[in-house]
Amino acid sequence: MAVTTPFDLQLLNLCAALLLLLSFAMLAQRRIVTLVNLLALQGGLLFVATLLLAWRTGQHHLYFSAALTLALKVIFLPWLLHRLIRRLQVYWDTEPLLNISGTMLAGLVVVVFAFGLAQPISALASTATRNSIGIAVAVVLLSFITMITRRKAMSQVVGFLSMENGLFFGAMSATYGMPMIVEFGVALDVLVAVLVLGIFFFQIREQFDSLDLHHLESLKEEQ
Amino acid sequence: MTLMEILTQVLEVIAALAAAPLFLGWVNQCRAWLQNRSAPSLWLPYRGIRKLFHKDAVIAESASPLFRIAPYIVFGAMAVAAAIIPSMGTRLPLTTAADAIALVGLLATARVFMSLAAMDVGTAFGTLGARREMMVGFLAEPALLMVIFVASLISATTALPAITEHLATQAPALYPSLAFTAIAFTMVLLAENARIPIDNPATHLELTMIHEAMLLEYSARHLALMEWAAALKLFNYACIGFALFIPWGVSTGADSPAALLASIPLLAVKLAMAGAGLALIETVSAKLRVFRVPEFLTAAFLLAVLGLLVHLLLRA
Repeated sequence: MAVTTPFDLQLLNLCAALLLLLSFAMLAQRRIVTLVNLLALQGGLLFVATLLLAWRTGQHHLYFSAALTLALKVIFLPWLLHRLIRRLQVYWDTEPLLNISGTMLAGLVVVVFAFGLAQPISALASTATRNSIGIAVAVVLLSFITMITRRKAMSQVVGFLSMENGLFFGAMSATYGMPMIVEFGVALDVLVAVLVLGIFFFQIREQFDSLDLHHLESLKEEQ
Repeated sequence: MTLMEILTQVLEVIAALAAAPLFLGWVNQCRAWLQNRSAPSLWLPYRGIRKLFHKDAVIAESASPLFRIAPYIVFGAMAVAAAIIPSMGTRLPLTTAADAIALVGLLATARVFMSLAAMDVGTAFGTLGARREMMVGFLAEPALLMVIFVASLISATTALPAITEHLATQAPALYPSLAFTAIAFTMVLLAENARIPIDNPATHLELTMIHEAMLLEYSARHLALMEWAAALKLFNYACIGFALFIPWGVSTGADSPAALLASIPLLAVKLAMAGAGLALIETVSAKLRVFRVPEFLTAAFLLAVLGLLVHLLLRA
C-alpha cells in the first residue's frame, strides 16, 4: 500500500459510498413508505458525515449544519412525509416508466458520467474529501432519474429532497460546507417547498382523485 | 517449487474433495435447526454418494457419449478449481497456470457441459433446467468477474493467491468497495449454487427447479459425481469468498508447516460460520419467481460495478 489514509477519512469515504448505494436503493424502491425511510437514512448518513468532517477540520459551523441536518432531514421531513402518506393513503408507486433493471443500468451510466464530470473539479479542490465530489454529483443525477421515472407526486418529492441531500454533500466535500446563512436559507426553502407541495398533493387529489401526475398532462378541459 | 508448496497443493485438493460433502451436510443441518425440523445426519451426503456408487447405472437409449462423460468433466473442472483457490496456503505451484479469470472460465466450462448433457437426452425437464441454468449463468458470470476485478485492482494482480496474500498482509483499512462486492458475491453464490432465492435445492417441485431438473436423467455413479461436484462447487465458492473478503489466517509466504497446520482449523471455523450464514439467508428469504431472477442478478452486477467505480474514485 503506497499511502494509508487516516481512519476518519476512511470513515468519510465509507459514508460517501453508502450514500451512493442508498441512491440506487431509492431508485429501485417501489414502496413509498420504504422510500421515505431510505430518505431518512440518507439524511442520517449525511449527519454522520458532517459530524466527522466537523471533527476532522475543526470548523464549528459544520456542527450547526449537522444539527440542522439531524433536525430537518432525519426527523422532521420524514415525519411530515409519513403523515402525508397516511392521510393520502398512497403506499405504492405505480409501475415506473422504465423497468427496474433498465433504470439501474441507466443509473450506472449516469454514475460513470458524474465521476468523469467531477474529475476536473476534484483536481482543483484542496479539501481532504475532494474525491467525494463525484459521488455527490452522482447522487444528484440519480435523484433526477428517480424523479423522472416516477409517476406519483410523493416519490417525486422524495427524489427532490434526495437531490438536495446530494447538493449539500457536494458543497461539503468541495468547500467544507456553504456559509451558514446560505445553509439556513436552503433549509428554509426545502421546508417551505415540502409544506407547499403537501398542500398541492391534497389539491391534486381533490381534482383528479389520484396522485398520479400523468393526469396533469392533459391541459384542456373536458368538453 | 519446493516440497512444501507441493504438499500444500495436494493437501488443499484432498481437503476440498473430502470436506465438500461435509460442508453441504453442515448447511443442511443448520437449515433444519433454523426451521425447527429434526436435522439430518452430518454424514448424509457421504452416505448418499457411497450408495449411488454401488448402484448400476441406467442410461437413456437416446443418450450420446457426451451424456456419459459430462459428469467426469464437471467433477474434474471443480477439482481443478479447488486446486487454484488458496483456501489454506497462497504458495500453490498450479497458480502460475491459471488466474482468477481462468477460474471463472473453469466454472463456466462445468456449467456448459452440465447444460449440454441435460439437453442431450431430449426430455422436456432437462431442456428447461438447462435453459434456466444458462440464464442464471450469463447474468451471474459478469457479476462474478466484476467482483474479482475489484479485488484485482486493489492488489494489482489477477492471480487469486497473490490477491489473498496482498489483502491478508497489508495494513487493515476500510474498503467500501470490498464491502459492496462482498454483498454482490454472496448474491452470485446463492444464484450459482442453486440456493434459495433462486432455486430450492431440497425440492423436485417441477415448475421451479433449475439444478435438479438437469440431473433428472442421471443415476448411480454419474449422479454421485454430479452431486459431489455440486457440493464441491459450493465449497469452492465459499473458499473464493474467504480468499477475497476474509483472507486472514491463510498461510502466506514462508515455508512453515506450522502456518499451514494453523490454517486448517481456521478454515474449518470460517466454513462453519459461512454455512450457518448461508442457512440463515436461505431460511429468511423466500424463493423468487424465475422472472425476478434477472432483477436479483442485475442488483448483484450493479453492486459489483459500484464497488469498482467507488474504488476508482476514492481509492478505497
